[in-house]
Amino acid sequence: MRLIYVCVLVWLVTACTAAAKPSLYQQLGGEVAITKLVDGLLVKIEHDPRIVHHFKDTDIARFRSKLIEQLCHISDGPCQYTGSTMQESHTGFQITAADFDRLVQHLIDVMTELHIPLDAQNELLARLAPMYKDVTYR
Amino acid sequence: MVTAIPATGRALVRLTLAVAALAIALPIQAGSKLLGTGGTSSIEGSAGGGIVPWATIAGYASSDEWSATAGYNRVLVDDFQLTTHSAAVSYDNHYELSLARQQFWIAPLQLSLEQQIIGVKVKVAGDLLYSDLPQLSVGAQFKHQQRFEVPQAVGALRQNGIDWYASVSKVYLDAIWGRNLLTNATVRLTKANQTGLLGFGSSDATQYQAVAELSAALLVRHDVAIGIEFKQKPNQLAFAREDHWKDLFVGWFINRNVSIVAGYVDLGSIAQLDDQTGFYFAIQGAY
Repeated sequence: MRLIYVCVLVWLVTACTAAAKPSLYQQLGGEVAITKLVDGLLVKIEHDPRIVHHFKDTDIARFRSKLIEQLCHISDGPCQYTGSTMQESHTGFQITAADFDRLVQHLIDVMTELHIPLDAQNELLARLAPMYKDVTYR
Repeated sequence: MVTAIPATGRALVRLTLAVAALAIALPIQAGSKLLGTGGTSSIEGSAGGGIVPWATIAGYASSDEWSATAGYNRVLVDDFQLTTHSAAVSYDNHYELSLARQQFWIAPLQLSLEQQIIGVKVKVAGDLLYSDLPQLSVGAQFKHQQRFEVPQAVGALRQNGIDWYASVSKVYLDAIWGRNLLTNATVRLTKANQTGLLGFGSSDATQYQAVAELSAALLVRHDVAIGIEFKQKPNQLAFAREDHWKDLFVGWFINRNVSIVAGYVDLGSIAQLDDQTGFYFAIQGAY
């Protein structure tokens, strides 16, 4: 009987350890996937006449590297975000709700094209959604 | 079954299907809102689920954008059929105006009643997706039963009625099994018998009653929702018991222009005919 308890206990502990969820960063596909994600997003932005004008004075190379860094950081990856706060970086751009919606839809479309699992997509969206108030109408 | 739809109805169905096929083949840019976030056309024309108006505003119009939708809904239960043709326009993801024409076919009597509904809805606070505060909208539905003889004969007091409602809707991202969950709660003030299909009020019930209507839908994919609804109803006519309505549905947002919904409905007892269960189907076009 005692042996059974021990076995169950050992099984539970190992099962729990084995089932420890990988970080969101890993679920998204790590650095490779996040880089592809950002590059895909840049292409979508470039082809969206409704929002591309917001980027006309943007240093795209810097924007790209900061966004990769930020997505890595926000998904618990091994990065520190070194860019400005969301409020700072969007002030003066007058990003509307429609602009924000379009960017989110592009993000979803790119994640889907990259075959990122839906639960990882939704977890990332859940972490990004609260930024709405810092990004829009500033 | 099909004989219940008049020729003009059938022509409209064909037109709707043709437009839907075209929109699937050649999607046109609707507004900027995310896929599915306008909900669909409910049986009363307001944006929502199947039988419950939600706080969502019809179509895909985000800030400073316009949107238009058209809906066709069918409820087929044992002894009744309800057909709704509706259209809605919205602006700024804040304002919605809808028009609906309902035909209520009573098979045992071989006759149909007709109700027209003008709906208005305004988003007043919160946001469906981006704020902790759920989206709150208030709305009104101005209803007119065009063939009042039957409702009057069974005890309805009035031919016209106004429903007032407040709805809160929220999408919880990454809520269950990594899927997004939409929830909606609506409180409605109404005098309607069977949503107005059997007129409004009775000699015993002249005051507004508050009823609750609830929906929950899990987005199993970005474009597919599986949901459940409950619609509390008053019970005011002496001649027959009125039950609460329930449904289970699957909605598929094929693209930003076309969505379809299929479901199972339980309308309980209607006009002394018990256990009215059956099928629900809806298609919506959006621009």
